Amino acid sequence: MEDRLTLDLVEKGTNVVVVDIEGGWGARNRLNRMGIHSGDRILVKRSGIMRGPILIEVHGMDVALGRGMAMKVVVSKSE
Amino acid sequence: MKKNRKDRSTSNDRGGPHSEHAQFVLVGQPNCGKSTLFNEVAGYRSVTSNFPGATVTYMRSHVRLFERTYDVVDLPGTYSLTSLDDADRETQHYLLTQHVDVLVNVMDASLLSRSLELTLQLMELEIPMILCLNMIDEAERKGIEIDTDRLSEKLGIPVVTTIASKGRGVRELFEKAVTLVGSLRKPRHIRGSRDVELVIAVLNRMLKSASDLEIPFSKHLLATKLLEGDPYFEGVLRDSRPDLIDAVSECKKKLGQSRGKPSDEVIGAERHQLSMSIFEEVSVIRKPVRSWRDRVDNVLMHDQWGYVFLVLILVLFFNLVFRLGAVAEAPLVRVFENLTLSLGRRIGTETISASIVIYMIQGIGGGIAIVLPYLFPFLIGLAALEDIGYLPRVAFLMDAFMHKIGLHGKALIPGVLGYGCNVPAVMATRILESRRDRFIASLIASMVPCAARMTIIFGLVGYYLGGNAALAIYVLNMFVIALSGALFSRLLPEVTPGMVLEIPAYQAPRFKMIVMKSWIRLKDFIIIAWPLLIVGSVILGMAQHFNLTGTINRLLSPITALLGLPGEVGMTLVFGVLRKELSMLMLFQALGTNDVLTVMTRGQVLVFTIFVVFYIPCLATMGVLVKQVRAKAMMLITGFTFVLALIMGLAARAVAWLIW
Repeated sequence: MEDRLTLDLVEKGTNVVVVDIEGGWGARNRLNRMGIHSGDRILVKRSGIMRGPILIEVHGMDVALGRGMAMKVVVSKSE
Repeated sequence: MKKNRKDRSTSNDRGGPHSEHAQFVLVGQPNCGKSTLFNEVAGYRSVTSNFPGATVTYMRSHVRLFERTYDVVDLPGTYSLTSLDDADRETQHYLLTQHVDVLVNVMDASLLSRSLELTLQLMELEIPMILCLNMIDEAERKGIEIDTDRLSEKLGIPVVTTIASKGRGVRELFEKAVTLVGSLRKPRHIRGSRDVELVIAVLNRMLKSASDLEIPFSKHLLATKLLEGDPYFEGVLRDSRPDLIDAVSECKKKLGQSRGKPSDEVIGAERHQLSMSIFEEVSVIRKPVRSWRDRVDNVLMHDQWGYVFLVLILVLFFNLVFRLGAVAEAPLVRVFENLTLSLGRRIGTETISASIVIYMIQGIGGGIAIVLPYLFPFLIGLAALEDIGYLPRVAFLMDAFMHKIGLHGKALIPGVLGYGCNVPAVMATRILESRRDRFIASLIASMVPCAARMTIIFGLVGYYLGGNAALAIYVLNMFVIALSGALFSRLLPEVTPGMVLEIPAYQAPRFKMIVMKSWIRLKDFIIIAWPLLIVGSVILGMAQHFNLTGTINRLLSPITALLGLPGEVGMTLVFGVLRKELSMLMLFQALGTNDVLTVMTRGQVLVFTIFVVFYIPCLATMGVLVKQVRAKAMMLITGFTFVLALIMGLAARAVAWLIW
């Protein structure tokens, strides 16, 4: 519980499962409709330099998330 | 009614000509190949793009199918029926208010699980519907095998597989669609969890009993969307029955409490679960074929190499475009010069009508001299990069930088377009979600030196002070743009929604698509910018005809004096508002020489160019700014750039004084 992991902190090449999506109605809906919901599996493919965006693969699709957006996605590492 | 007549409508001309033909409406998520499909039936008249959210105006076409005429409408791609940007709003509004006979839901079959979420929402519209599993070859490559019969049975609507880019399955799709016209078979509701359905049913019943609540769509959909907190539907309710809002909030609270999360998330999760379970039931997943595409992205989106290639690609791109342009421009300009001269000899330049004709021709010629050599190659090149799918990668690479100026990666696209012409660039700001982002992106787009301003930079600074000086102006411009963006984002400290951008798979560029897309963008220039160019040219001609030049020069003398420029230059600045590139041509005329250095110092050339590059958008850009960000914002942008140009001009004067 203590070490809360968000998507922006995940190293590239790691598989994670979405635990929760924080943020308001807009952010939640924008992530949801890109196929990102609680319980979904995500592969972090790339984590941009200089606080750049995160590239993830979710449901077979590549999606770029701005760092701020990625910080709203709470995840846990999957085995 | 003419056969195969096509119009391009925007959201502003709603309620246009009502059609007596049956309407097929194509709906789908961005990048699902919807526009490709539309082109396949409509004869290549819709613009498609490999950039999410590119079709922001919708396309309509009369199509002859099986001996009858139908209307086919291609709506902007949308991820859900909830509107989060302009493109969504357009699609949502169309679907909820316009007459639709058959809904053709197009999806990228390789993204079945995600795309089904939109399908489930569309089914709630209760309109006869057909599902088109497009790009079925892509799904196979990803190792997804779909049992279409099973899917059709689950959803209760016909399902057809297609590969629109190869024209495969398109005929079968429309054969099926035609049989649905006038059909009473509406998609059924797919039920989810009991507790959620119960709350929806309670709300639905309440809305149904409100008989004075007249809406052109189903109350079940309204109930679901109200629970989702969709502002559009909340607005609908507020307009007719504001008293029901409390009851809706009560339902939302109940649903939220029972599941321990906000009600919109409950509905979203519910739909997601349904989609996933349908997906798992109808498809078999095998090992995907790893493609060359991943390897390409390993380089083009790499932390370091990505930027190296970005710079290389852009340098190559601009070099190619502008070298081509320079070759084509000179002979074109000469043709029009000769035409004006010989016409002047024949009909004289004394009478009003003669000078109107001559300046009109100059306006037309000015347009051609920008469009053919620079704008068209630029648009072709950009369309190629877009079609391949490189632009979203650029947005990814530049996101961190764009955040420094208060925007996100997607906002880069209008800026890049601006190097061709500011008019389509300002229009392209529609792909951004928030009004504030659109405003800042419009400001940036109108500050980017377009092809017309480029002729000034190269014709004056490039010619008299050297190529490096010209390049320095471009770099300076980028720097000032970045600063201005940062300034305005501080002044409007709203948090930008952040980037959520689909990165579509690369695809081979399709020649027809590239040409069509460039043509449609070019049309924006021809329809909006060119007429203003011609009118501007005539107005200027009249000013000269009636000898107003002296008066205008005197009026502008505070500015020219401040910048240390000769008084005759004043008039040319007015030209610049109407037609940017005219500033230079008129400079030659006002000074009475083609060798500017005989009357102006090198410092004055620099000051003049910098001032003209930065000061206020041209008339055509102002026009489109009013349309996109409203008159007040346009005035603000105009005022800001004017002050900025004065400051930059003064700074240039100081620099020139130090150097020379």
